[in-house]
Amino acid sequence: MPSLKDVQDKIVGVKKTAQITSAMNMVASAKLRGAQDKMEKFRPYADKFNEAMSNLSGGGNTDAFPLMEVRDVKNVEIVVITSDRGLCGSFNANIVKLANAKMREYEAEGKNVNFVCVGKKANQSLKKTGKVRTRFLDIMADFQMFNAREIAQDVATNFLNGSSDKVEVLYGHFQSVAVQRPVAQDMLPITPIEEEDGAAEKQEIGDYIYEPSTEEIMDVMQPLYLNVIIYNAMLQVGASEHAARMTAMDNATNACKDIVSDLTLVYNKARQAAVTGELMDIVGGAEALKG
Amino acid sequence: MAQQIHLEVVTPSGAVVNEEVDIVNAPGYGGDFGVLANHAPFLSTIKIGLLTYEQGKDRHNLMISGGFSEVSNNKITFLVESAEFGKEINVDRAMKAKERAEKRLAQAAAQGDNFNQARAEAALQRALARIKAAKIA
Repeated sequence: MPSLKDVQDKIVGVKKTAQITSAMNMVASAKLRGAQDKMEKFRPYADKFNEAMSNLSGGGNTDAFPLMEVRDVKNVEIVVITSDRGLCGSFNANIVKLANAKMREYEAEGKNVNFVCVGKKANQSLKKTGKVRTRFLDIMADFQMFNAREIAQDVATNFLNGSSDKVEVLYGHFQSVAVQRPVAQDMLPITPIEEEDGAAEKQEIGDYIYEPSTEEIMDVMQPLYLNVIIYNAMLQVGASEHAARMTAMDNATNACKDIVSDLTLVYNKARQAAVTGELMDIVGGAEALKG
Repeated sequence: MAQQIHLEVVTPSGAVVNEEVDIVNAPGYGGDFGVLANHAPFLSTIKIGLLTYEQGKDRHNLMISGGFSEVSNNKITFLVESAEFGKEINVDRAMKAKERAEKRLAQAAAQGDNFNQARAEAALQRALARIKAAKIA
C-alpha cells in the first residue's frame, strides 16, 4: 500500500505532465494552421506548373532530356522526408517503416539502395543501415523554396552523373488533420505528365510562340519541377507533423486525466483506511479506559 | 482608357501581383520583352532580373528570379521562384549579398569548381537584380 504522500506527489506530477501535453497540443494546432496556410499558398504555383509541364511534354520526345532518361535500374535512391522533432505519435516511424520496406523490396530484386535523409528523425532511424548518402537536417521547422532547391539539385546531380538510376521520394501525405499516410512518389527519371483533356487542348497549345524552343524551355523547367516535387513533399510533412503531434498530445492529455482519476481513487481509499484506523485506535483506547 | 492585360505573378509562397495593367516588361530568355493587351499566345523562360509594369502613370518594379511566363487570353502569368517589390528591398543587404557572391565566385573560379561557380553566379545575379529594382523604386 503506497503512503498518502506518495500518491499525492504522483497526482501532482501527472497533472503537470498533462499541462505540458495540452500546451503542446495548442502550439501544434497553431503551427498546423501556419503550415496549412503555406500549403494553400503554394497550390496555385504547383497547379499552374503542372499544367504547363503537361502541355509542354505532350508532344516532345523524351529521350532528348537527361533528366527523363530511363536506364536499367541498378541504383535506387530514396529521399526520405520526416520531421526534425519527435513527440508526434507514429508519424515518423511509419515513414521509416515504409523506407525499410522499400529497401528490402529493391534489394530482393538485386538493386542497390541509398537514402537521402531530410529531417533528423529519418537520419536517426536510417543511419544504422549504413546507406545514407547525404542528409539535410534542422530545416523542417522553417523551410523555404531554396531549401527544396538545394535538395533537388543534389539529387539531380547524382542522377545525372549516373550514381542513381531511379529516385523516389517518401513522405507523410497530409490527408486530413486526422489522417496522415506515408506515400512514395517517383521523382526521377521524370515521367511525362498525362494529358487530361486530350487533343482539343493540344491544338490550342500548338499556336503558342515559344521563346526559346520547347526543348530549351523544358531544360529550364525540369529542374524547377524537381524543386516543386520536393517542396510539396516538405509542405506535406510539415503539416502532417503538426497534425500528428496534435493527436498524440491530445491522447496523452486524456491518458493523464485517466491516471489522475485512478490515482485519486487510490488516494481516497488510503485516506479513508487511515481515518478508519485512527478511529479504531481512539475507540479501542476509550473502551480500555472505561474498563 | 487603353485596353489592359491581366498580370499575375505567382511564387511558391503565394500570388504577389494579380491585377489589370497597361504594359509589362520582363527579362526573357532572349532578352527583355514587353507585352501589351491582346498579345499572341506566348511562352518563354524567365531569367533573374527586373519585371516592370505600368498602370496609367504608376510604374511598379519587381525583382524576379528564374521561372517562366505564359501569355494567353489577354492574361500574362509569371511562375517564378521568388518575386519582391523594389520598394520592399533592403539595399544594404543586397549590396552585402553582392559582395559575398563576388568573393565566392572568384574563389570557385580559382578552384575550377563548376557547381559552386554556377551557384555564386546565380546569387550575384539575384543581388544585382535586387539592387536595380530597389534603385528605381
